[in-house]
Amino acid sequence: MSGQAVVVENLSKKYLVGHKSIQQANRKDTLRDVIGREVRDFARKAVDVALGRQIVQGDQVEEFWALKNVSFELREGEILGIIGRNGAGKSTLLKLLSRITEPTEGRIELRGRVSSLLEVGTGFHQELTGRENVFLNGAILGMTQREIRKKFDEIVAFSEVDKFLDTPVKRYSSGMYVRLAFAVAAHLEPEILIVDEVLAVGDPEFQKKCLGKISQVARGGRTVLFVSHNHAAVRSLCTHALVLRSGFASPKQDVRAALDEHSGDFLLKATSSWRRPANTGGGPVRFEAIEVRIDGAQPRLRLHCNVSIFSEPGGKPVLLAVDILDHHSAPLMQALPKCEPFIGGTVGPHTIELTVDLPPLIPGLYALDFWIGPHFTETSDHVRQAVKFQIFDSPTPGRAFPHAPEHGYIVPSSSARVKSHRSSLNVIPADAKW
Amino acid sequence: MHETIVLEPGRQERRYWRDLWRYRELFQVLAWRDLSVRYKQTAIGALWAVIRPFLTMLVFTVIFGRLARLPSDGTAPYALMVFAGMLPWTLFASALTEASNSLINNATLISKIYFPRLIVPIATVVVSFVDFLIGFIILVLLMIWYGFLPAWQMLFLPFFALLAFVASIGPSLSIAALNVKYRDFRYIIPFIVQFGLYVSPVGFSSNIVPVQWRLLYSLNPMVGVIDGFRWCILGKQSGLYLPGLALGLAVTVFLLWLGVFQFRKTEKTFADLI
Repeated sequence: MSGQAVVVENLSKKYLVGHKSIQQANRKDTLRDVIGREVRDFARKAVDVALGRQIVQGDQVEEFWALKNVSFELREGEILGIIGRNGAGKSTLLKLLSRITEPTEGRIELRGRVSSLLEVGTGFHQELTGRENVFLNGAILGMTQREIRKKFDEIVAFSEVDKFLDTPVKRYSSGMYVRLAFAVAAHLEPEILIVDEVLAVGDPEFQKKCLGKISQVARGGRTVLFVSHNHAAVRSLCTHALVLRSGFASPKQDVRAALDEHSGDFLLKATSSWRRPANTGGGPVRFEAIEVRIDGAQPRLRLHCNVSIFSEPGGKPVLLAVDILDHHSAPLMQALPKCEPFIGGTVGPHTIELTVDLPPLIPGLYALDFWIGPHFTETSDHVRQAVKFQIFDSPTPGRAFPHAPEHGYIVPSSSARVKSHRSSLNVIPADAKW
Repeated sequence: MHETIVLEPGRQERRYWRDLWRYRELFQVLAWRDLSVRYKQTAIGALWAVIRPFLTMLVFTVIFGRLARLPSDGTAPYALMVFAGMLPWTLFASALTEASNSLINNATLISKIYFPRLIVPIATVVVSFVDFLIGFIILVLLMIWYGFLPAWQMLFLPFFALLAFVASIGPSLSIAALNVKYRDFRYIIPFIVQFGLYVSPVGFSSNIVPVQWRLLYSLNPMVGVIDGFRWCILGKQSGLYLPGLALGLAVTVFLLWLGVFQFRKTEKTFADLI
């Protein structure tokens, strides 16, 4: 029962990426330049085709290693979470494991029937009915027609779209579409299951159902590889985790250790600083640079902002306000730090260190607006959404399913006490694991 | 015991052909999907499979038979002779067109799931084959119209139908594979199809080709197929030029080998390039 199911050795994958060189992108061209360049471009492409090489756009070709020397082993029944930022190589790894593309170097050994679920509803055809699509999608995922017929009722019941089975899926709402698609996928019975972030679909209720289904599959002794941004889901589902950082992998380790060790990686995304581009306006009192970082742990995260302001002669003293917005640019809250005396009473650069105690925010991307003005009705400078931060961890530890913004962004701390009157109610303790 | 799959760069999958067999249900399902989607939201549906070759036949009969006064095979009606050539040609042309674009049309599938990619172009050829079978209805009607009785040669028709099928697969695979890498081939196919219609003996009998050029003419694999169809349908009115048929057969087999070879060689990069 505990043989090795997956062995990956020194796996690497290289892609070719084309760029336009800076000179070429910035040049102001005459018609003659353009024609000359197009002719050269054409000649180069013709040579590429003649030699059977890939056509790459742009005039500079760069090699890009999406994965480099990744090795790990997975025993039967282990559930591996693969985490990492966008572009760290997670999807490439899954594509290699599910045989969609070939590795450039290295070796993969898979022992058992593999099913991969990189997308919900792969191969669904808009013109076909729900019923037809179940059979189509099932076959694409590797089920036999007999298997699908046997599980058909179960699939339909799981998807909750039984009334619309004979309607073309192009008339489905996106929620129905996704539910049907996941229902088919959920009834796969492979020995090794490879899952990409297919859980980030549907309403929260359905997401919970999906996660339940996956953990059920996992408990059935299957080997599962699971890629997710949702740390809570990884924590509750997986036994082990692997962290990818720009193509390189950490050793496989216990899921808790991996998440703790690397949670620093995920607190903040790259767009955490802003600098006023040279020679671009701004009033007499203006922002020059803003830097933010987050520290602490959920639910007590702290936002630190380093704000540089320049005050020219004649600039009035100003107040500072910071708006926190959701990723749809809707304002969620405003911080009005008390700064005394007013900022920028004197000419020259000023630096402000600002700390905001964040309320328990749900995971997601948030933007910041920085405002200064001498009075709340008068604006000196306003930098909108130039700085963003991302929160990865749930403010409620142990939560297994994603938070839904429909229910708000802030999860206030709360407690409940159950008083049982005689008959013992079936109450799940608050710290129960999903 | 579990089966073990080893993935390495450049490794030729030994169990590729077994995989292909195992995925035969997917093949059926994809062919069925293409068939059932094909004429959705059209008013006259499958009639299109009948109307197009029929109209082309009318035009060719009028232009080549009436205006240019080209001879038919023996005493066979010109329209019947044209249609006997039209059938395999339409199969070839539609198979080539559909199969060549099939990989790109199924790009989402190819970039998200593993299966032997050969399934995709071949499944679309099956769809063209169904249209081809529908075309036989016209043939039967035409034969009744002209009171033309089929001879024993008709028994060989399945063989030539298979040959037409195989002749279309080889080039389709080559072009489908190239099309993934260089989309230029998308523009080449309509040209090949249009050009081929006049180069192949569709609107005329290959008997009008001078004898000394006949063998060279047979390098076009469709010449052998069309001649074979005429021999089967028109019986003794149309002689079979055996050296030409043998050469056509050889070219067909070569193109099939080349198509499969090229396809297999580039198959693993499809997902990266598409």
